Amino acid sequence: MSTAMETDVTAGFEMVVGLEVHVQLKTQTKAFCGCSTNFGAPPNQNTCPVCLALPGALPVLNARAVELALRVALGFGFTVNARSIFARKNYFYPDLPKGYQISQHDTPIAEHGRLDIGLLINGEPRVIGITRAHMEEDAGKSIHDRYESATAVDLNRSGVPLVEIVSEPEMRSPEEAGAYLRTLKQILLYLDISDCNMEEGSLRVDANVSARPFGQVRLGTKCEVKNMNSFSGVERALAAEFRRQCGVLVAGGSVQQQTLLWDGAKGEIRPARSKEGSSDYRYFPEPDLPPLLISDAELARVRETLPELPAARRARYAAMKLSEYDVQELTADPATGPFFEAVLALHADAKSVANWVNGEVRAVVNERDTAWDAMSLEPARLAALIDLVRDGVVSSSAAKKIFAQLLVSTDTPRAIAERDGLVQVRDDNALAGWVDEVLAEHPVEAARYAAGEKKLVGLLVGLVMKKSQGRADPKLVNQLLSSRATG
Amino acid sequence: MAVSDADVLHVAALARLAMPADRVPALVRELNGILDHMAVLETVDVTSVGDDARTAMPRRDDIVGSVPLARPLAQFAPSPRDGFLLVPRLSTHSQLGATEGDE
Repeated sequence: MSTAMETDVTAGFEMVVGLEVHVQLKTQTKAFCGCSTNFGAPPNQNTCPVCLALPGALPVLNARAVELALRVALGFGFTVNARSIFARKNYFYPDLPKGYQISQHDTPIAEHGRLDIGLLINGEPRVIGITRAHMEEDAGKSIHDRYESATAVDLNRSGVPLVEIVSEPEMRSPEEAGAYLRTLKQILLYLDISDCNMEEGSLRVDANVSARPFGQVRLGTKCEVKNMNSFSGVERALAAEFRRQCGVLVAGGSVQQQTLLWDGAKGEIRPARSKEGSSDYRYFPEPDLPPLLISDAELARVRETLPELPAARRARYAAMKLSEYDVQELTADPATGPFFEAVLALHADAKSVANWVNGEVRAVVNERDTAWDAMSLEPARLAALIDLVRDGVVSSSAAKKIFAQLLVSTDTPRAIAERDGLVQVRDDNALAGWVDEVLAEHPVEAARYAAGEKKLVGLLVGLVMKKSQGRADPKLVNQLLSSRATG
Repeated sequence: MAVSDADVLHVAALARLAMPADRVPALVRELNGILDHMAVLETVDVTSVGDDARTAMPRRDDIVGSVPLARPLAQFAPSPRDGFLLVPRLSTHSQLGATEGDE
């Protein structure tokens, strides 16, 4: 919660945010050599002469990395450059064996994308421009706190293929930045180009943030914030850095361009090192790699492999008259929709299927932290269970008990219902017997009900259901009680 | 374009190289000699050289299989420990744990 003083400091200033998102591509091997990209290998195991920068080793581009980069380009509406150039980005650091990172500089593989992050209050879509997406290789990892007085370098990550997605400075609040990142990640997952796991480093975010008085066209001096390991961390870091910059400006000072590190545990920003200007990287074309050429035919082939993206899926589900909540839940990740549709193919009531998928099934997926297709729950058996509820064979509460059994058994829902005595009793004599017993055991309520106090019907139905151990058909019980009241 | 003393000192600083003042004039001469040669190369007419199959980027399949090292890394690294390569800790990064090396 903001204090009054903090509110005063930021009043009159506008936040300007641009985001750089590094996405590790889902390849088996590194960008320029055949080393494995598997996470968690012993340190420096996935290394070779190329990614160790030994003399004479030469890079050869991973074809799959190009394909995945093109999926990104097409997924975000980028213009793909038919000819892009790899460059050497020179800087000195122990986890960069070559002394340069192979990246793309002035001619990236894709430019001018866009991302729709939601709706403005006036109903207009909020669209954020994406400047570019370029291919590059990752650096290694430096661990500073493992050994005293020494930094431990692990080069397993050195050379892993990345796409860096650079937005325009068009976001105006931490919430917009959060929406941008969540939408971006959702589409990346649909495109199946990355695990997007921030904890494992397969998705990393650097934020450029500046402050300027409202109405001023010129951008303020930006600072880059790194080391954020969650989207909420990005939002908190942006808010903290914005407050810091506003404080400097209110005090009559000027913001100095610098790189800052976010300490999520303390909720603090601290300086990292002075920011080197891009010219200091001394970019020049990578002489070991010719231009990357993308033909129209190649682009068309990749386009044909693109999956349905979230916006299209949301529109299709909305056309099924599902609620906004159901649509959002069913499209939140790429795997839920196919499961939903597999069930829907066998049980045509979309709302019933959505209720089950978003309710019981999702709870199991979340609890087990498992993939939808890894559950021991075939869509056909779930559809059969929903059929039983629709046909009045089992009650909703009994269906939940059957559902739990479906996960540990290969039996059909009907077989489980019969085995466990969960088939609804619709026999008039049996129902009448339970009703009679309940009325006899609760004479006061029975008398009030008979005298016209109809609101007691719910209580009495509940008592009958309890007596029948959930097996009585509540609709028929209700009808029976109603007939008693009027009879 | 010619390289100046300041350029040499700036690049040396970026590379974290100590640069004695008496070495600067010689380096300026050498680097400018390279640039002069580049200027000669730039006069070559390459307009007829297009991006065809001979110059396009070759690509390899995404299959694990790298060229093995002739000797294990630990045998030729100066300070291996527990599989890591140890280097002197940089003062600029002494505050945090693992950092993302990518710029």
